[in-house]
Amino acid sequence: MELFTNQVLAGIATGAIYACMALAVVMIYQAIDHLNFAQGEMAMFSTFISWQLIQWGVPYWGAFIITLAFSFVAGIAIERILFKPLAKAPVLTNVAGFIALFAIINSSAGLIWDFTIKQYPTPFGSAPFLGSQLISTHQAGMIGVTVLLLLGLYFFFQYTRIGLAMRAAASVPESARLVGINTSWMIALGWGMATAIGSIAGMLIAPVVFLEPNMMGGVLIYGFAAAVLGGLTSPFGAVVGGFLVGIFENLAGTYIPGVGNELKLPIALALIISVLVVKPAGLFGRHIVKRV
Amino acid sequence: MTQLLNVKDLRAYYGQVQALHGLTFSLNEGSLTTLLGANGAGKTTTLRAICNMVRSTGGIEFDGKPLNNRSTESIVRFGIAHVPQGRGTFTTMTVEENLQLGAITRKDNAGIVSDIERMYAHFPVLKQRHTQQAGTLSGGEQQMLAVARALMLRPRLMLLDEPSFGLAPLVVRDLFGILGKINREDKVSILVVEQNAQLALELADQAYVIETGRIVMSGNAKDIANNEEIRKSYLGY
Repeated sequence: MELFTNQVLAGIATGAIYACMALAVVMIYQAIDHLNFAQGEMAMFSTFISWQLIQWGVPYWGAFIITLAFSFVAGIAIERILFKPLAKAPVLTNVAGFIALFAIINSSAGLIWDFTIKQYPTPFGSAPFLGSQLISTHQAGMIGVTVLLLLGLYFFFQYTRIGLAMRAAASVPESARLVGINTSWMIALGWGMATAIGSIAGMLIAPVVFLEPNMMGGVLIYGFAAAVLGGLTSPFGAVVGGFLVGIFENLAGTYIPGVGNELKLPIALALIISVLVVKPAGLFGRHIVKRV
Repeated sequence: MTQLLNVKDLRAYYGQVQALHGLTFSLNEGSLTTLLGANGAGKTTTLRAICNMVRSTGGIEFDGKPLNNRSTESIVRFGIAHVPQGRGTFTTMTVEENLQLGAITRKDNAGIVSDIERMYAHFPVLKQRHTQQAGTLSGGEQQMLAVARALMLRPRLMLLDEPSFGLAPLVVRDLFGILGKINREDKVSILVVEQNAQLALELADQAYVIETGRIVMSGNAKDIANNEEIRKSYLGY
């Protein structure tokens, strides 16, 4: 029983990271109808920025805040420079754009910081949390930060004018423009926020997976699985999906014989495919009905 | 009377296809003007061209200021509220959020709150459903919501694209009654595009008839309604 509780809690902790990645993916998907394959690389690059700042002597939380601001601005810049011009381009052109972005960021990080694995600090320590062997303080910190982030985002989207405008721009762009919302900047803002959310995921998972240019590859696939499971049109679903995938992954690794650590990732992919077959809109997603 | 909207030689294009062939018309401050015509005559395109949602050439002046080459969202800030065809409801949001969105360009929070109450007085059904998702409203209720959303801008000019579309006749009567009241009491000028010519002519003071992208008839709404020849050849009733 203790093993089970332990695995579920660990699953919630990594699930929090998947939830952040899934949320970032869904935010951009809502804004521009494309999956951002480079979301993980963007998060990785941000994490390197924070690592560099810490190396230079900036205290952890200072580096954390500066990295958030950097990621927000960088996300807006990427949208303005690369994806705004592609707004009316065909799907494949956009896919090529995302792959290019992936390669550029991955290689730049390798060039600047090289490909060796680096230790990344945790501000929470890794002692048992509250004296319990079930969960470590870092895992508790991952969950705590994510919950704070989600509450903040909920408040932002539900109770602020700009949050309302962003939701409107994502749901019916034409009507949003007709009430005077600059939808183009709302998309840029969505990119900025998604990039900042991704950077939080990167900084929280880095002490677990170690810092290197390919650290987010697996995490992003879990994030995609979470987004598909919850429904690509539902931010709430993405978050729930993230936690579910995290728990599922851990339990499958522990209890299904032969899965272990090696087959965890294929399980995420199997999950994506099963959901797409059984419930294409995901658990909480809306069916998109198009008039023909 | 001063002219609020002045459209000169308006030509609009969808890709290579020209939809408007030099439309010229004007709308007086405080008037309720209707644009009539059959399917495909260019009524919707005219409204979309005013808000720069379709490529067009020619002159569009609002209160003496040119609107050409301005973005749709900045044209709203002149006080032009456009209720598009199909109502443009934010279906996944609540009724109240829809109303707040109508006032998203305004900064006077107290005014917005009191205007929402005013809309609930105009349209009591919206008050009953203010926390409900807008997509769950009936067609008539959604049209009321669309008009209320437009009014939340405190517009000087309201553009309405086929407000009667898909509504039961009784609901249409109701809605048109409210539009008349808004026009008289709140001094909002209205340009309404309609296929239901009979009803639109009862409501409007000025009327224009479009055929294949050109104005073919204009004048006092009553005169046009009383002219049997025009009615038979252009309006089909």
